[in-house]
Amino acid sequence: MADTPIDPTPVAAAPAQSPGSRLSAAISKWGLWALLAALPVIYGVKDLADGEGLSRLGQNILEGLSNGSIWALIALGYTLVYGIIELINFAHGDVFMIGSFVAAGIFGTIGLTLTTGPLGLVGGLLLVLIICMVACGSLNVMIERVGYRPLRGAPKLAPLITAVGFSFILQNVGLLWLGGSPASVPDLIRAQDEVFTLFGITVQRADLLAIGVTVPLVVALTLFISRSRLGKAMRATAQDPDAARLMGINVDTTISATFLLGGLLAGAAGLTYALYQTTVWYFQGFQAGLIAFTAAVMGGIGNLKGAVLGGLIIGIIQQISDNRIGPEWTPAIVFAFLILIMVFRPQGLIGEETREAG
Amino acid sequence: MTDVATPQPAAKPASRLPDVPPWFSKAAFVVVAIVAILLPLFFDPISGFIDDAVIALAYVVMALGLNVVVGFAGLLDLGYVAFFAIGAYTVGWLASSFFSEANVHILVQGAAGELPGIHVNFLIILVVAAALCALAGILIGLPTLRLRGDYIAIVTLAFGEIIRVFAVNGDSIKIFGEGWPLTAGRQGITPVDQVKLPFLDPFTQLNLRPWYWLILAIVFLVLFVVIRLRDSRLGRAWVAIREDEVAAASMGVPLVKTKLFAYAAGAAIGGLSGAFLAAYLNTVNADQFAFSFSIFVLAMVILGGLGSVWGVVFGAILLSFINNRLIPDVLNSVPSKLNLDFQLADLGFGIFGFLLVIVMLMRPEGLIPEKRHRLELTEDIDVQETMYDEERL
Repeated sequence: MADTPIDPTPVAAAPAQSPGSRLSAAISKWGLWALLAALPVIYGVKDLADGEGLSRLGQNILEGLSNGSIWALIALGYTLVYGIIELINFAHGDVFMIGSFVAAGIFGTIGLTLTTGPLGLVGGLLLVLIICMVACGSLNVMIERVGYRPLRGAPKLAPLITAVGFSFILQNVGLLWLGGSPASVPDLIRAQDEVFTLFGITVQRADLLAIGVTVPLVVALTLFISRSRLGKAMRATAQDPDAARLMGINVDTTISATFLLGGLLAGAAGLTYALYQTTVWYFQGFQAGLIAFTAAVMGGIGNLKGAVLGGLIIGIIQQISDNRIGPEWTPAIVFAFLILIMVFRPQGLIGEETREAG
Repeated sequence: MTDVATPQPAAKPASRLPDVPPWFSKAAFVVVAIVAILLPLFFDPISGFIDDAVIALAYVVMALGLNVVVGFAGLLDLGYVAFFAIGAYTVGWLASSFFSEANVHILVQGAAGELPGIHVNFLIILVVAAALCALAGILIGLPTLRLRGDYIAIVTLAFGEIIRVFAVNGDSIKIFGEGWPLTAGRQGITPVDQVKLPFLDPFTQLNLRPWYWLILAIVFLVLFVVIRLRDSRLGRAWVAIREDEVAAASMGVPLVKTKLFAYAAGAAIGGLSGAFLAAYLNTVNADQFAFSFSIFVLAMVILGGLGSVWGVVFGAILLSFINNRLIPDVLNSVPSKLNLDFQLADLGFGIFGFLLVIVMLMRPEGLIPEKRHRLELTEDIDVQETMYDEERL
């Protein structure tokens, strides 16, 4: 495998002179945005033409945002790991699935039921959140230690293949754990209950939960990466592992910490998903992993802001597709977007931050 | 990944096997081929062994095709099941009563000649399936040309999933109006036409020998093609791209053409196997085309040895045997004997995931490694070993 890609952005590098090259520069810059806006705009216009107003579209977008914030948490895990060791951590989606399973399994253990009072519920859920995060974090670190670290010097395909292997192992664990069909989780927070309605858009408890979990975690992660000593070490390792090592940074520990962070976020996403969807399934991680990876690439892999933005956009696209086209087609639509991004703008919306991107 | 250098183990002895005279491998091949041809005569025509062997040989073809893409050209294709699907649907469309409004018969005899629907001779179908898959391979390959290795994996995976979604939901897509659905979804297109070929007994479920000989012939054909491709100018170009794309390009290897040819060749071979499997299993069902099948085939290639033709043949036979015989029949009751509450058959793809991890960690070059690949993976450069080996069959 070649380490240097064929320059993915020939257009950006060339000075725009002829109208043709200016046009292609514009397409390269705005084409993806236009593509992403296509679905909401088409259905918005259609709704207006039918005289229905925009509240249905607004509802789609709101649910998309809350659903997308879960994808954003998972996408952050992909982007952190890709930024530092340039590996698509294929098992990440399944780590998230394990997080959901831990949550579903532990609700009963610590006595959270539908009749638990609000105070006990909040305290109990916080405890579950911490347990899920720690479980997924340590699982992710363990996978890195066993599967990826011994292959640091090997060609890039080798750790990718072990990642696929771990993904399958975890899926099988999930299959043995709760069986082959989706298992229901007690609807502890009464996810479908309406909180308030604004301009015909109903905000449900699930929406508040997803956004309420995601926003603080993303803020904390950003602060950690930009302010803390370990965060600085991560950024240094991402830029140049050899130089980082020479500067006295323990590269292996830093990489482990990155996997820990990704796992923590996946655990939080797992709990949120279990409460949000009220079902868990061993196969959810595969789908979620692909969607979240699409989100990370869409924003620009290695880029934290990009992952969050990508997650939210994918959430909206998915929700519109679920609601208007039919949920059975949603995977195909999300993957079609993934392919289009790969073809026309592999560096993503905001731009990737990897060594290869320079 | 390459930036973090780890100390390499000291150089190992160049060869594990004692040197054999050059004629030995050819003679061994002829002996194995004769045994393989005569094998079904020693078994009952409907024995489970022949059934397993037919499936195993179909997987050998599949794995040889994936090996062209992943092993020779180094393009990790995680959506290989797409070509199984396209090959199988070629049979479903062209050799069944699925399109009940059509009435097309090309070179078919027997019952298939009377029924409505499109019925085409199986040999023509094999050619059509290979051609369709080659086209699909090129279409899937096109968007990946500028991408890095790991992105290629994701894009091919995405294509594989898109094709699966279309296979599952295709019953609601009408191509030319009512009566022309794209697929039969999870119901499956069944039955498909009975295969009839000259010089062979009728292909029925009661006599598996003709199936065996047909797939064996396909295996020999594909082996010949794959080995000739590997040792050709194109094969050397694939290896050059795999080892270092930029260096290959600057040496004048046309990247686009070479990569697309790898996709097309791998896809065409997969399509052959897909068409055969559809006819053999007598159904074309959307549930057959899951992502786990791609990984199953990939596990065969990796277990046998990336890029190594004989390794891949061995890996495919071994994994097929493990999957169809060892896990469901021999070892299935082991967990319950140990008082564990599951059956080993539930662990199918977990076991393959485990195999992938173990092989990658313990023996990344596979069981029967290709020499050049072992070099790349172990990175102990030895002058003796870097010489191009002329004696491979």
